[in-house]
Amino acid sequence: MSIKVQIPSALRRHTDGIGNFDCSAANLDELFSALDQKFPALKPHLRDECGQVRRFLNIYVNEEDIRFLGGNGYAFQDGDEVLLVPSIAGGAQD
Amino acid sequence: MTPYELRCRECGKTCGNQPKSICEHCFSPLEVTYDYDAARSTFTRERIAQRPPNMWRYSDLLPLPDDYRPSLAVGFTPLLSAPHLAKELGAKRLCIKNDAVCLPTLSFKDRVVAVALANARAFGFDTVSCSSTGNLANSVAAQAAREGFKAWIFVPADLEPAKILGTQVYGAKLVRISGSYDQVNRLCSQIADEHNWGFVNVNLRPYYAEGSKTVGFEIAEQLGWRLPDNVVVPMAGGSLITKIRKAFDELIKLGLVEDKKVRFFGAQASGCSPISTAVKTGETEIQPQRPNTIARSLAIGNPADGHFAICTITQSGGWAEDASDAEVVDSIQLLARTEGIFTETAGGVTVGVTRKLYEQTRISADETTVLCITGNGLKTTDALVNRFEAEEPIAPKISTFETYLENALEISAPVEV
Repeated sequence: MSIKVQIPSALRRHTDGIGNFDCSAANLDELFSALDQKFPALKPHLRDECGQVRRFLNIYVNEEDIRFLGGNGYAFQDGDEVLLVPSIAGGAQD
Repeated sequence: MTPYELRCRECGKTCGNQPKSICEHCFSPLEVTYDYDAARSTFTRERIAQRPPNMWRYSDLLPLPDDYRPSLAVGFTPLLSAPHLAKELGAKRLCIKNDAVCLPTLSFKDRVVAVALANARAFGFDTVSCSSTGNLANSVAAQAAREGFKAWIFVPADLEPAKILGTQVYGAKLVRISGSYDQVNRLCSQIADEHNWGFVNVNLRPYYAEGSKTVGFEIAEQLGWRLPDNVVVPMAGGSLITKIRKAFDELIKLGLVEDKKVRFFGAQASGCSPISTAVKTGETEIQPQRPNTIARSLAIGNPADGHFAICTITQSGGWAEDASDAEVVDSIQLLARTEGIFTETAGGVTVGVTRKLYEQTRISADETTVLCITGNGLKTTDALVNRFEAEEPIAPKISTFETYLENALEISAPVEV
């Protein structure tokens, strides 16, 4: 089984400019592990110290927000296209 | 102009001024920060009072290039006392900030677009773009035409016809996407990665969002340089409510108003209420929703600024509520009937939620409360279809009219028991 992962340009400085890669992750946890292994510099930008997906990172599977598909519980299907998309916020100062 | 630059709101790193909305170090949102010590001598009541009545009177706390010369008198919309609506809602001191008459395109989005395009020019873009639920599309299209930019506008395909037409008429290229706003927005993030365009709400977003502060500056100035007790704000992406708070905070910091705790109340449609739901359930993070509401301008199921909006509301001691589609339509009519203001569906949401806030005694009658009406009803007339019967025409004869009048008065006369 293989899925295609797209990395936004804002993160490509941590992937040596690589914007796409294929992997065989079965779910979100495995995808993060694969990303950690392949791009160690990317790791702190995807999840916080507690391992939670960062607030401003959205993950889409075939154009659908993964949270609508069951989030961590979603089992990737062969050929799934996974997008990492930054959330474009601009809230007020604390 | 006051010196300003982008700063990451999470890690605090600064990165000058560039078309960028995400910190490349920690992936968090960038925010415009100012040299407030420099602003202290320029951003004063006296200097502001000497300037024309439009949003540019607050230029010293907007991110504008030094050589920027505005060509449009955007903003400074009326702040109206609303005694008749107040009576209906059981309130005493109710005001309406009426951006239904903001120029040039009759919504508060004119403010943010004006600031965004000033920066698009400075960064050398010849094409501007946006994802939009309608009002932003209208405003980018109109102001791009005036400023000489090419415009590409991306909208959900099911937008109200008036908002589609009101974009195309300015010569903008309108791309209708088969999907929700959230899907359009995600697509635009990807397009912005590939094309060197000035996306007002993607790579220009930190600058764009600052334009919303002028709503807050104006409310304070129009109240005689005082802050209200409460503000009720419609929420789509959740940015406006946070920027009004930022405006009030800046006014306090620079001594233009007395320090005061203003409570912020957020309004959403029941069919798209990720922020109000989070506030009601005590969550600090958004659970995205699939929107299903006639208030399309607020139909954002995954609001980017949702977390910040929740924080603004809860830290202020405010609350969030939502209004059903039926309540939205009733509230549009209520505002029109009582105060002569025809607002779009988002305004119906704000009025409908305000009614609930008084009923729940979350807002007291004696407090000064400002409702932010952000858009014009002429753009969403389809929401009122079938609400009014088409009158039968009558002959152009005075006798016919007198008979008609007699019947009409009989019908409307109170029935005696």
